[in-house]
Amino acid sequence: MTNVRAAGKAHRTERLALIVLRGASGFFIVSIALLIGYLAVEGTKLFTVDHKSIFEFLFSPTFAPDQGHIGALAFILGSLFVTAFAIAVGGPFGVAVGVFFAELAPKRVASAMKPAIEVLVGIPSVVYGWLGLTLLVPLIRNTTGSTGFGLLAAGIVLSLMILPTVVSLSEDAMRVVPDSLREGSLALGATRWETIWRVLLPAASSGIGVAVILGIARAIGETLAIQLVLGNAPVIPAGLLSPASALTSEIVMDMGGAAQGSLLQHSLFSMAFLLLLIAMGLIVLVKLVARKAA
Amino acid sequence: MSRTALAALLLGAALAAPAVASADTSLTAAGSTALLPLVKASAEAYQNQHNDLKISVTGGGSRVGITQVAAKAVDLGMSDILAKGYPDLVDHRVCVVGFSVLTHPGINVKNVSKKQLQDIFAGKITNWKDVGGADVKIVVINRPRSSGTRAVFTQTIMGDVPVSETGLTEDATGTVITAVRTTPGAISYAAFSGTKKFEGGHYTTVEGIAELSIDNVAPSEENVQTGKYPIWSYEHIYTNGVANKDESRFLAFIQSNSAIIHQLGYILFRDMKVNETDR
Repeated sequence: MTNVRAAGKAHRTERLALIVLRGASGFFIVSIALLIGYLAVEGTKLFTVDHKSIFEFLFSPTFAPDQGHIGALAFILGSLFVTAFAIAVGGPFGVAVGVFFAELAPKRVASAMKPAIEVLVGIPSVVYGWLGLTLLVPLIRNTTGSTGFGLLAAGIVLSLMILPTVVSLSEDAMRVVPDSLREGSLALGATRWETIWRVLLPAASSGIGVAVILGIARAIGETLAIQLVLGNAPVIPAGLLSPASALTSEIVMDMGGAAQGSLLQHSLFSMAFLLLLIAMGLIVLVKLVARKAA
Repeated sequence: MSRTALAALLLGAALAAPAVASADTSLTAAGSTALLPLVKASAEAYQNQHNDLKISVTGGGSRVGITQVAAKAVDLGMSDILAKGYPDLVDHRVCVVGFSVLTHPGINVKNVSKKQLQDIFAGKITNWKDVGGADVKIVVINRPRSSGTRAVFTQTIMGDVPVSETGLTEDATGTVITAVRTTPGAISYAAFSGTKKFEGGHYTTVEGIAELSIDNVAPSEENVQTGKYPIWSYEHIYTNGVANKDESRFLAFIQSNSAIIHQLGYILFRDMKVNETDR
């Protein structure tokens, strides 16, 4: 009798849990769909309502919505450039640190360093930006004679910010390589370095690819840290040391003053939508790389 | 246990709700960072007298002030410029403010002509030695599109000449002054309330920056009052619809407190000898 009651109660709890879980995931899916739908509608008004050309938005360098110019090329290039810089510097460095932790570092060092790297993820981006503004910008200014603000400063700050992502993911990718490969390679007389370079890295390549792509995703979406050090000039930068803007920093600079329904507001929504598309593209890329591995 | 807790919570909420709903004892203001110091100081003084009223004041830029008050996100929208195209907003002019053209002190230039100033901001003159100063590259620091200070500067100095965007952009009066102070060759524009301080009965330029005269007219309070100095504007506070009791009392307090207005670098209406239309 009591068993039946207990079973009944367990059954009820289970059904309740199921309802809660289903509700939560349903809510999650609906919110995501709403968010994407809203951005898609607002982000295309520039073309559907204001009848501006997508070509002008993507390829014109002139951004002055109050005079009808909506070219976002300067911001697109700014975003691509700082991201490329960050990944070119932070990517190889991050992978190297990840490999070191997984393969070479003594256990005690690795287990002490891992939490330290993870702490870096948790530092708010405004802190990175603030440090960049107070340490890096004056350093660049004094060594180069430029203003100090610009792509170089933003690129360096971003390379630091993506490090933890790249380090932990590539370390994980190395760790899941089966020990049999290590042992086989060493048994064939390969040195430790040859084992890492010729056997383990190729075996972990798709995992490392994912680490780098997620590093790119982190970099391209970063806003506050680069807004503080980029200089925010809405023009195509003349060089590494010239002030520039990115999609994210332009949105944050101008969104407050954009009147409801204005050309400026629609342009900013289009930039936000473009960022969403880039993020989705990167996620698809991650799936493709991971599938290739499997 | 949990049921009792829930009941207590509900009871508490029921008791608290009417109190929250009936008390309209807070005011929010946002917008122009040129007007921010005056409204902030006035809010502090006003709250000392009326401790049942809570006033919070933030910046953001003039256009932010206008869009925020139009969206009813704040009660008071501070702006250096007129809110054109917003029929619901009611304008309350509080004072006049002048704007300095400020530079890094190392450039050795004290005066420029209006034409030279246009050429500097248009990117045609790129070195201070071309206007009689040191051999230092000019770094133009702009405010973003949301800035009323930028709008006033373009309107009074640039006219139809487009502003060069290749320099830096700083998003508030305070950050402009910091950037000019730390960047050799820098030039920008900012309200007197940011570039001047009131000490011993008169104004001095804040440390680390220099102010330029335009056509040999210094950026002084007196030159704004007589209309000799060109860069100034009325400072507006907008309400969405007619101001309510709390809003109009606070607005009247700001407008009447001539000591605060004067000390922070603003100019009283009654001291103006010209109108905006005379410019």
